[in-house]
Amino acid sequence: MSAVLEVEGLRTHFFTRSGVVKAVDGVALSLERGRVLGLVGESGCGKSMTGYSIMGLVDEPGRIVEGSIRLEGRELVGLDAEAWRKLRGDRIAMIFQDPMMTLNPVLRIDTQMVEAVRAHHHVTRAAALDRCREALAWVGIPSPDERLRAYPHQFSGGMRQRVAIAIALVNRPALVIADEPTTALDVTIQGQILFEMQRLCRESGAALIWITHDLSVVAGLADEICVMYAGRIVESGPVDAVLDAPLHPYTRGLLESIPSRNAPGRPLAQIPGMAPPLDQLDAGCAFRSRCPRAADACRVAPPVSRPAPARTLRCVRPLA
Amino acid sequence: MAAYALRRLGQSLLVLALMSFLVFVGVYAIGNPIELLVNPEADDAERARAAQALGLDKPLLVQYGVFLLHAAKGDLGRSFVYNIPAIQLILQRLPATLELALTATVIAILIGIPLGLVAGLKPDSWIGRSIMAGSIVGFSLPTFWVGLVLIMVFSVQLGWLPPNGRGATVSLLGVPVSFLTLDGLRHLAMPALNLALLKLSLLIRLTRAGTRETVLQDYVKFARAKGLPMRRVVGVHVLKNIMIPIVTVIGLELGSVIAFAIVTESIFAWPGTGKLLIDSINQLDRPVIVAYLLVIVAIFIVINFVVDVLYSLLDPRVRIGSAAPAH
Amino acid sequence: MRIAADRAPLEDGRAVRAESPWRRFAAEFAQSRLALLGLALLVLLAAVAIAAPWIAPQNPYDLAQLDVLDSRLPPGSESLAGKTYWLGTDDQGRDMLSAILFGLRISLTVGVASTVAALALGLALGLAAAYFGGWLDAAIMRIADIQLSFPAILIALILLAALGQGVGKIIVALVTVQWAYYARTVRSAALVERQKEYVEAAKVLALPEARIVFRHILPNCLPPLIVVATVQVAHAISLEATLSFLGLGLPITEPSLGLLIANGFQYLLSGKYWISFYPGIALLVTIMAINLVADQLRDVLNPRLKR
Repeated sequence: MSAVLEVEGLRTHFFTRSGVVKAVDGVALSLERGRVLGLVGESGCGKSMTGYSIMGLVDEPGRIVEGSIRLEGRELVGLDAEAWRKLRGDRIAMIFQDPMMTLNPVLRIDTQMVEAVRAHHHVTRAAALDRCREALAWVGIPSPDERLRAYPHQFSGGMRQRVAIAIALVNRPALVIADEPTTALDVTIQGQILFEMQRLCRESGAALIWITHDLSVVAGLADEICVMYAGRIVESGPVDAVLDAPLHPYTRGLLESIPSRNAPGRPLAQIPGMAPPLDQLDAGCAFRSRCPRAADACRVAPPVSRPAPARTLRCVRPLA
Repeated sequence: MAAYALRRLGQSLLVLALMSFLVFVGVYAIGNPIELLVNPEADDAERARAAQALGLDKPLLVQYGVFLLHAAKGDLGRSFVYNIPAIQLILQRLPATLELALTATVIAILIGIPLGLVAGLKPDSWIGRSIMAGSIVGFSLPTFWVGLVLIMVFSVQLGWLPPNGRGATVSLLGVPVSFLTLDGLRHLAMPALNLALLKLSLLIRLTRAGTRETVLQDYVKFARAKGLPMRRVVGVHVLKNIMIPIVTVIGLELGSVIAFAIVTESIFAWPGTGKLLIDSINQLDRPVIVAYLLVIVAIFIVINFVVDVLYSLLDPRVRIGSAAPAH
Repeated sequence: MRIAADRAPLEDGRAVRAESPWRRFAAEFAQSRLALLGLALLVLLAAVAIAAPWIAPQNPYDLAQLDVLDSRLPPGSESLAGKTYWLGTDDQGRDMLSAILFGLRISLTVGVASTVAALALGLALGLAAAYFGGWLDAAIMRIADIQLSFPAILIALILLAALGQGVGKIIVALVTVQWAYYARTVRSAALVERQKEYVEAAKVLALPEARIVFRHILPNCLPPLIVVATVQVAHAISLEATLSFLGLGLPITEPSLGLLIANGFQYLLSGKYWISFYPGIALLVTIMAINLVADQLRDVLNPRLKR
C-alpha cells in the first residue's frame, strides 16, 4: 500500500470565550501517490481547517485534540514544532486561495522562491535558483529570469497563482494541499490551472487534495471525493460513483443545486435552511434540521458505514 | 519623478515664504524690546535714537520688506542681546540640538521596534500585555517630569550622571559633537533618554499594531507553509512590511523631536537652540526668534521632502508601478 | 451605532433578543479591567477636583492662611497650629496637598474646555469641508495639513509668546493646536457617509441639507470623534503643563499642576523633591487614566479589529 496520507479520527477544536468550536470533528481519509482527492463542502464546514491541521498550521485558540495523521508512514500529530516545520514546504505543501495576498508584496519573486528551497536544503543560492527556474518551467512560465527579478504586483492573478504553485512544488513534496486556489481567478484561467495541476501531479507522483465548494471542479479533476458537512465527512468514495449515485441526502442536495443540472424555466433546487454554527452542534446528525429524510433515529450521531468497498457514509437513512 | 520633485520643491518654497511672513508678523506683535535694552532712566530722545538704530521706528510692512531683502542675502538681523548675527547664533547652537534629537531617535528605534515586535507577536501573553501597559505609562508621563525624576535619581541620589550641561566635544567633519567622548556621553545620557521616551511609546504602539495586522496576512501564512523558520518569517517577511510606514513616521516625527528638545534643553540646561528660543522669548530678542523659526521651518521642509522620496524608494509598488500584466 | 444583528432563530423557533447598542458597547468596554480602572480613577479625580474648595485642608490662594515659617517642610511634618502637611509645603508655606487639589482643578478645566472648544470648531469645519467640497474643502484641509505638520508645542509657544499669559489665552492656543485633528477625522468619516445610499435617498426626497447633515451624517461620525477627543484631553492637559513649566502658560495666581512642578524645580538639587514630585504624580495619574480609557474606546470602536 503506497498511501501517502492516512488520516483517522481527526478532531481540531477551537477553545474560544463563547464556547468550543468543533471545526473538524472526526475526519478520516486516505490518499495514494499521484491521486487527486476533492474535499468538498460549503463555507464553514471545516474543509480548510482540515487542510491546516494536516499542515500543522492550526493556531491558538485551536489545536488538534485527537486523531492521527500519517504522512508517508510517519505520525504527525504530537510532533514538536521544529519537526513539523521541516516537513512543511518540503514533504507537504499548501496553496492558498487569494494569489494577490499570498506573495509578499515587498519581496522579489526570486527571494521568495529561493528561501523556500534553502529553508530545507543546504545548497548555494545559484543552485537554488536553478531549481526555481525548473519549477517555473513546470508551471508554464516562460523566460523565468525576468520574472524572478520582478515583484508580485507586476503580475496578473493567474501568474501569481502559478508562481505560488511553483513554490509549492519546488521541493517535490509528496502531498500538495490546494485550498480553493482558483476561486479568486476568472473562469478561463481556472480551467488552465486545473489542467496544469492535474498534469503536474501525475508527472511528479505527488498526491493532491483539492479543497473547494464547487462540485463541477471536482468532477473534472479528482479521482476521489470527500463531502464534508459541519466538521465531519458525510460521504466519500471514487468520484464517479459518488456523483452518479450519491447516498447521502446532502450530497444529492448539492448535486441538485448546481444550476446546469436544473431544467430551464423552473425554480432552482436548494437545500433549505443554513448550516449550523460550529459551536452549537449537538449529539445527533448535524444535517437533520435540513434533511428531507430526517427521522428520530437521526438524533444519534450516525456512525461511519461502508456501503461498498472504497465508499464511506455517515447516514442511517441513506438514499439507496 | 523629476516633475514631482520640482513641484514639491516649489510648494515648499511657498510654504517657507508664507511662514516667514506669519512668523515675522506674530513675533513683532510681542511687547516692546526697547524697554529691555535701554536704560529705564533713559529719556524719550534716547529711546528714539535707540529705536532708529535698531530699525524699529519704521512701519511694519517696511520692516518686513527690509527683513526679506536681508534674508535673501542670508542676513536675518543681529541679536538684540548678544549683538552677533542671529543666524550665526542659531547655527552655532544647532549641532547640540541635532545631536540630542538624533541620539534620542536612535535610542527610541533600538528599544521600541524590538519591544513592539514582541508585543505584536504575542499580544495576549503577559509580556505582550506588560509592554503595552508600559507604553501607556510612557505615553502618559509628561516629558519634563520624567526629566526631573531622572535628575532626582541619577544626579541627586546616586550621583552617577551630571544634571546639566553638555560634555566635552570633538570635531567631526568640522562640527562639534560630544557623543565621541566619555564625558560627552555622560552628559548626553539623561537628556537623550528623556527625549527618547516621547517617541518610544509611539514606536512600540505603531510596531505592535503593524505587526498584529501583518501577521494575519496570507503571505505570512504562506511563508510559514513553506516551512520557513520563525525568525525569518518575522525578521524578513513581517519586518520589511511594517518598516515602510514606520520609517515614514520616524522621519516625520523627527521634526517634532527637534521641537520638543526645547523642553529637555530647558530642564538639563543643554546648550542648544531650544534653550536659546526660550531665553529669547523671555528677553524679546526678536531677530533670534525669527531666525530660529525660519531655520526650523526649513529643516521641517527638508525632512518632509526626504521622507516623501524615501517612501517612494522603499515601497516597490510605488517605485516600480505596475508593468503591463503578464500572462 | 450599528445595531447588533438578530441571531437567526434556532430550530425550535426560539428567537434571541437583539441587544441594545449601548449595552453591547458597555459590555465590550468592560472587557478590559485596566480600562475600568482608568474610568474609576477619572471619576474619582473629577469628583475631587470639583470638590476641591470644600475638601482641601487649606486654601492655597489665601495669603492670610500661609505662614512662611512653614515653608519647605517635608511630607508628614506638622505645622505650628498642629495640622499635618501630608505632602509637605512649598517655598511659600503652601500645603502641597491643597495646592495639588486646586492645581488639578485648573488642569482638568483647561484640558476639558479646550478640547470641547476644539471639538466644536473642528466638527463644524470638518463637516463643512466634507459636505460642500470644492475649494472650501481644499482650503480647510490645506491649512489643517500645514498646521499638523508642525509640532504642537512650537505653535503653542509662539502663540503664547505673542498673546501673553492667562487662562483664556492658553485655551486659545490649545484650540488652535488641536482643531485640525477633529476636522480631519470628521471630514473622513463624513465623506464615507456622504457616499452611502441613504444620503442620496434623502437628497432625492429634497430633505433640507441641514437635516441630512445633522440627523444622518453626524451620528455616524461620532465614534472616531469620541476616541480622538478622549486622547486629546490628555494631550491638552500635558501640553498645558509643559507650557506652564516653561513659564509661558498660566499665570502664577492660577497655578496648574505644571506650574507647581516648575516652582519646585529649583529645589530639586537640594533634595527637596516633594515640591515637584507630587504634583507630577497627580499629573501622571490623570493622564494615564485618560489614556487607559481612550485605548479601550479605540479598540471597541474600531471596526477593523472586529473578529
